[in-house]
Amino acid sequence: METPVIQVRELTKKFGHFTAVDHISFDVHQGEIFGFLGANGAGKTTAMRMICGLLTPTSGKVDVLGLNIATQTDAVKRQIGYMSQKFSLYDGLTVRENVTFYGGIYGMGKDQLKLKIAELAEKLGLEDKIDHQVSSLPLGWKQKLAFLVAIQHDPKVVFLDEPTGGVDPITRRQFWELIYEAAERGITVFVTTHYMDEAEYCDRVCIMVDGSVAALDRPENLRHKMGKETMHEVFYQLARAAQRQE
Amino acid sequence: MSTFKYVLQKEFQQIRRNPTIVRMMLAVPIIQLIVLPFAADYEIKQLNLAVVDQDHSSYSRELIGQMTASGYFQLANYSSNFNEAMGAVERNEADLILEIPAHFERDLVREDGATLALHANAINQVKGGLSQLYAGQIIRRFNNQIRSEWVQWPRYSPVEMVKIEPQLWFNPHINYHLFMVPGILAVLITMVGSFLASMNIVQEKEAGTIEQINVTPIKKYQFLLGKMIPFWVMGMFSLTLGLVIAYVVYGIVSVGPLWVIYAFSAFYLAAILGIGLLISTFADNQQQATFVSFFFVMIFILMSGLYTPVESMPDWAKVIAYANPVTYMIQVVRGVMIKGAGFMDILPFVGIIGAFGIFFNALAVWRYRKTV
Amino acid sequence: MKTFLAFIRKEFWHILRDRRSLIILFGMPVMQIVLFGFALSNELKNSKIAILDASHDPYTQRIIQQLNASDYFTITTSIQDEKEIEGLFHKNKVKMVVVFPAGFADLLSHQHQATVQLIADATDTNTANTMVSYASAILGSFQDWLLDQQTLPYTIHAETHMLYNPQLRSAYNFVPGLMAMIIMILSAMMTSVAIVRERENGNMEVLLVSPLKPMWIVIAKAVPYFLLSFVNVLIILLLSYTLLSLPVHGSLILFLFACLVFILTSLALGLLISTVAGSQQVAMFMSLIGLMMPTIILSGFMFPIENMPWVLRAISHVVPARWFYTIAQSILLKGVSIFTLWKEMLILLGMALFFLVISIRRFRLRLN
Repeated sequence: METPVIQVRELTKKFGHFTAVDHISFDVHQGEIFGFLGANGAGKTTAMRMICGLLTPTSGKVDVLGLNIATQTDAVKRQIGYMSQKFSLYDGLTVRENVTFYGGIYGMGKDQLKLKIAELAEKLGLEDKIDHQVSSLPLGWKQKLAFLVAIQHDPKVVFLDEPTGGVDPITRRQFWELIYEAAERGITVFVTTHYMDEAEYCDRVCIMVDGSVAALDRPENLRHKMGKETMHEVFYQLARAAQRQE
Repeated sequence: MSTFKYVLQKEFQQIRRNPTIVRMMLAVPIIQLIVLPFAADYEIKQLNLAVVDQDHSSYSRELIGQMTASGYFQLANYSSNFNEAMGAVERNEADLILEIPAHFERDLVREDGATLALHANAINQVKGGLSQLYAGQIIRRFNNQIRSEWVQWPRYSPVEMVKIEPQLWFNPHINYHLFMVPGILAVLITMVGSFLASMNIVQEKEAGTIEQINVTPIKKYQFLLGKMIPFWVMGMFSLTLGLVIAYVVYGIVSVGPLWVIYAFSAFYLAAILGIGLLISTFADNQQQATFVSFFFVMIFILMSGLYTPVESMPDWAKVIAYANPVTYMIQVVRGVMIKGAGFMDILPFVGIIGAFGIFFNALAVWRYRKTV
Repeated sequence: MKTFLAFIRKEFWHILRDRRSLIILFGMPVMQIVLFGFALSNELKNSKIAILDASHDPYTQRIIQQLNASDYFTITTSIQDEKEIEGLFHKNKVKMVVVFPAGFADLLSHQHQATVQLIADATDTNTANTMVSYASAILGSFQDWLLDQQTLPYTIHAETHMLYNPQLRSAYNFVPGLMAMIIMILSAMMTSVAIVRERENGNMEVLLVSPLKPMWIVIAKAVPYFLLSFVNVLIILLLSYTLLSLPVHGSLILFLFACLVFILTSLALGLLISTVAGSQQVAMFMSLIGLMMPTIILSGFMFPIENMPWVLRAISHVVPARWFYTIAQSILLKGVSIFTLWKEMLILLGMALFFLVISIRRFRLRLN
């Protein structure tokens, strides 16, 4: 097998006496949709922020695309995309301006950007809204737009932090279609969520409980192993063992 | 380089979309420049005089007449009761009490000397001191006049007189606006620069967009420079607006070359924006950022010699004043606009402010962390 | 009542958690008292002057020595040519040049008159005037010394008394103004921003569905700022009393009552702004321009109101800080009683009531 896209070894983060992430290790492979699950406070966002270089780990090591995130940060950042839990586009700017700005940061040229904007508008059916301020769009569209902006520079990996929080089921469905499309193009997707139905859409899931990895496998394997009907039940059983609560 | 172009473009677009910022850019200079010079008039004009005349003599009337004729005083209260005069001071109706005791004229003529009392309201110590100084001069003149009436030659011979000839350079007509307007101009670009810059990065923190920026390969200095340049341009614009108002409203034209002011301001704004950005990297929310910058700007302005001269400060305070960029800005703007100082005169200040700029901006870049 | 107390507690937590703002909140008065008390003054002290002495005789020597011996002046430069003066002023080396003509002593003894030029850099008009006045006074004492040979008859002695401020400290002026400013920042600016932020975050709606009446929610928001303002006033008073030996001549109770009324007025103004402002930035901007600037500029604590043009003087009448400043100054420094101050007190009370009624009405309107 080729080298994993993301290699996490003994990754730990302590805030004072509190250990948010406790010596976790796992690999993410090329082209897969990797679901990162956990209850609130299980440490999934902290872990993800360390993996994409936003947070310095207390100990442990992360390699992304064979590059060390701690020492070769800039080289990694050029090849990843990220969409945060909080909405990550500029509310006061128009769709076009947002796309231009983020594209520009990644060194995309003018012509390339023009193409991207057209493509994006078509994909979202936003042609007539392209020069409207982002703040005027409904939340669902904003999320989809943020995702497309996060992958517009064709990153090798994209990190999504609870991307579907607060949107209706139909929009979530559409959002996942966009994720599949990206995965088909060969982009590795690393996604955190607490919707268990979304876990079913993933190639593999990693369930965090109390800062540690409680389970890591394909969803159907997990269900089999534990003799449950749905991922929801799987998760419920694992999470019941949790000691800490937010 | 092309990355940077996009950063800059985005910052300008954001500012253009934010009506509050644009309004602030326009309103603050205009209000400050139009209201402040009129309000900030420390010139001691007419002082209100309360007289307690218990003598009711021709001399007492003569002295009161000379006081009011001097142009320094106007009679606000006349009585023979000290409490009445005190009441006038308490109600802020009088600044100085001249107390002429009973038998003043008789004592002066018969006993060869008499005593008057001056009570100055010294809550404003400058006003108190000056009112006493002026009154003293008038009394002395009055005294000489009486002597020359009573004393015959040779006992009283013409004396050697030292004549004093004051000359007020650069501002012979004592135009107080000429003094205040350039100083306010300096304060104005300080406020515009520091407030706006300090709110800026915090805004991205609050909106959450900063996280998105931090996962991009953008360099720290590129990001900060992108934040700074638009405000730098706006600061220069405010300066220009201020200069126009100074001319239109007050008829003040710079004696020295304007380009010297612009050249110095270019460096100065960079330093001030650096301070604003530094505050921004510390603050958690906009409220805090404004509050912190308000605090520092206030100290900077108070310690800059805008209202009170730096020379009057004790040594420890002078150290603060000279470590304060605003001090240099005020000296330069006043020096060039009023006195006509040239570039060579202010060259040392350019060096100092350049050092400030490098220091604060380096600190801001160092403080701004892409990783937490 | 319990819910109400819970709300107040929550507001306190909010404020106390923001350590930086708190440090500044309490650091600001301390800092300003130190600055105003010890650093800032209009007094002339060791002002740098230059001498152009073309005569070099015993008389000029004596005057120069007296100038240098005074606290007002320090002679830093001696020049030979009038042409050097402009350069000195440009570089800000000195603020005044004293010029003695050639043969000063001879002129005095033979022509009974000699002229001393006091050339001042009038960029700063007030300082220039004061310098000229003080230098003239020193020259006057030289004149007295010249006349000393003769005993003078018919002398009027003038006794001077400096009322309220015998040590001539400039800080006394600023203490009440400082209080007004801090109260404005805390009670008006911070309160308005806090309420708007609550609305921006959508927390206001959550609070409004709670069993507490909307009015009580607002009061709960205001109470902590009210208390903090009052504590700050006490700190300023205590510091001024100990560090600056500020006298409290009048009734302390009356003064504290005036403080309470002024705080109430400021809170009402803050509330009013919060009902108008759409965002935190706007609220901040409005309180800065609409409240802070008038408080600093038009209350009389920085600049004398009687010198202002009539428009500004008229505007100053509707600035609450102006009345508070007058009241505070009169009570603390002059020891004036309520019988002299009743008019100002009534105006301040009236303003408090007026703004409270208006802001509560607007707030209700906004909720519906």
